[in-house]
Amino acid sequence: MALARALLHPAAKPLVFVLSLLPFAWLLYGAITENLGANPAEYLSRATGDWTLRFLCLTLAVTPLRVIAGLPTLQRFRRMLGLFTYFYVVLHFLSYSWFDQGFDFGDIAKDIAKRPFILVGFTSFLLLTPLAATSFNRAVKAMGAKRWQALHRLVYAIPFLAILHFFWMRAGKNDFAEVAVYAAILAVLLGWRLREAITKRRAPAAASLSAAGRPHPRARG
Amino acid sequence: MLIRTGRDGFQHPVSSEITPPAVYQERRRLLQWLATGVSGASLAAWAQREALAQQVPKPGKLPALAAVRSTAPGAVTMEKVTEYKDASSYNNFYEFGTDKSDPAQNAHTLKTRPWTVEVDGLVKKPGKYAIEDLLKLSAQEERIYRLRCVEGWSMVIPWVGYPLARLIEKVEPLGNAKFVEFLTLADPKTMPFVGSRVLDWPYVEGLRMDEAMHPLTLLTFGMYGEVLPNQNGAPVRIVVPWKYGFKSAKSIVKIRFVEQMPKTAWNKAAANEYGFYSNVNPTVDHPRWSQATERRIGEDGLFAKKRKTLMFNGYEAQVGQLYAGLDLKKNY
Repeated sequence: MALARALLHPAAKPLVFVLSLLPFAWLLYGAITENLGANPAEYLSRATGDWTLRFLCLTLAVTPLRVIAGLPTLQRFRRMLGLFTYFYVVLHFLSYSWFDQGFDFGDIAKDIAKRPFILVGFTSFLLLTPLAATSFNRAVKAMGAKRWQALHRLVYAIPFLAILHFFWMRAGKNDFAEVAVYAAILAVLLGWRLREAITKRRAPAAASLSAAGRPHPRARG
Repeated sequence: MLIRTGRDGFQHPVSSEITPPAVYQERRRLLQWLATGVSGASLAAWAQREALAQQVPKPGKLPALAAVRSTAPGAVTMEKVTEYKDASSYNNFYEFGTDKSDPAQNAHTLKTRPWTVEVDGLVKKPGKYAIEDLLKLSAQEERIYRLRCVEGWSMVIPWVGYPLARLIEKVEPLGNAKFVEFLTLADPKTMPFVGSRVLDWPYVEGLRMDEAMHPLTLLTFGMYGEVLPNQNGAPVRIVVPWKYGFKSAKSIVKIRFVEQMPKTAWNKAAANEYGFYSNVNPTVDHPRWSQATERRIGEDGLFAKKRKTLMFNGYEAQVGQLYAGLDLKKNY
């Protein structure tokens, strides 16, 4: 298959890396050339939040796509996409702390404690941190695959927190169209995993039979 | 009438009443000084430069709307005026979309002629005013106000209009008129987002009668020396500088005098976030963000610390007495 071969091309990973950096480059360029509209601080906070959500969707889409489309090589990109999710959430938190709060850590702490919508966003940032910190190969070895996997299941909490954060952010304006789009995408991605887990538990034999044609039926994320 | 009000046409102001003697004497002295020629050349240049700095340049986009600068207390801030580009492209006008760039993109469909404003409710003289008549009802003044949005950003805008009080006096409210309600046009044909579920349309705003009569409350027809751009609420809007921006209803088609506190659009949408008063108040936070500071659009750089928000947006001296004895934490 041409696609499967393209995914294995030596240039594939660097290409995905560069593509994932494009939003950041574009925001940086906009900030330097003062091209981010009348309120650049707000623009940067929103854009980095949007890109965090988008990379979260991309990361969580890897496994379903891999299984459904039968493209085991897609797996090579999951870690990188996950790390870019973290990269953009760091930028998001940074633009909030810097442009909104002026790096006043007392104010930031008060703000997090006082406002549920900030607290939820901050919590997801905290939960993503150990995942990013243990993303390299040696960490898997050091922790043992089982414990590593258990830790990385934390990622399933992130969509709920991220959507709640986004929903509360928009709640005051009753403007939920965009929230609904991301919620639907993430619901499909998590729903697929739930269904897989249920069918696997109910009828392990049948599940392994039906999955026989697929490559790596057990390597599920 | 036995009591002479000064507005009955029998008392004519003399020039000394228009400009306080101290001011015009000082002005004359300065002119004489300049005319003597002693370092006159440099001083004249300096004076001219000052005069230019005070002048708001016309953007040249829309028909001009002539006005004289207001002398009302608090009506002209000396702060740097926000660039027209920012003031006309970063707007909240949900009838044209919820993104701040939407109104500038979508509001060209709004038809501002013919336009009538209906005045009704508890008044002796209800009526319909064509926009042309409303424009001429009183002398147009230029006023440079701070604008503080509830979202935490601010601008400085040179508006053109006259006190709403001029219109209110003309229609003669009845004794039981306690509030004034403003209705924005809600035309789904020209306003693409009317019908979305974000708010209850039409957009309703309101003021207490004394707030509406306050000399700073401006019935506004223009900005930057020109008629209002559609996205800023053409052809006529309210500007209440000491309240959060959403209190200043845009593209008004109806002004109604009522006894009960009006049910305003944002209050209906989220009562815990947007109160009827919505006076700018750095000590009362919005549930989701602090109101203690603000970012001045186009001026406070990305890395600058935000500036402190002032009580009543800096108009406390002019409007503070309206709220004497009112618990501003409860009546947010």
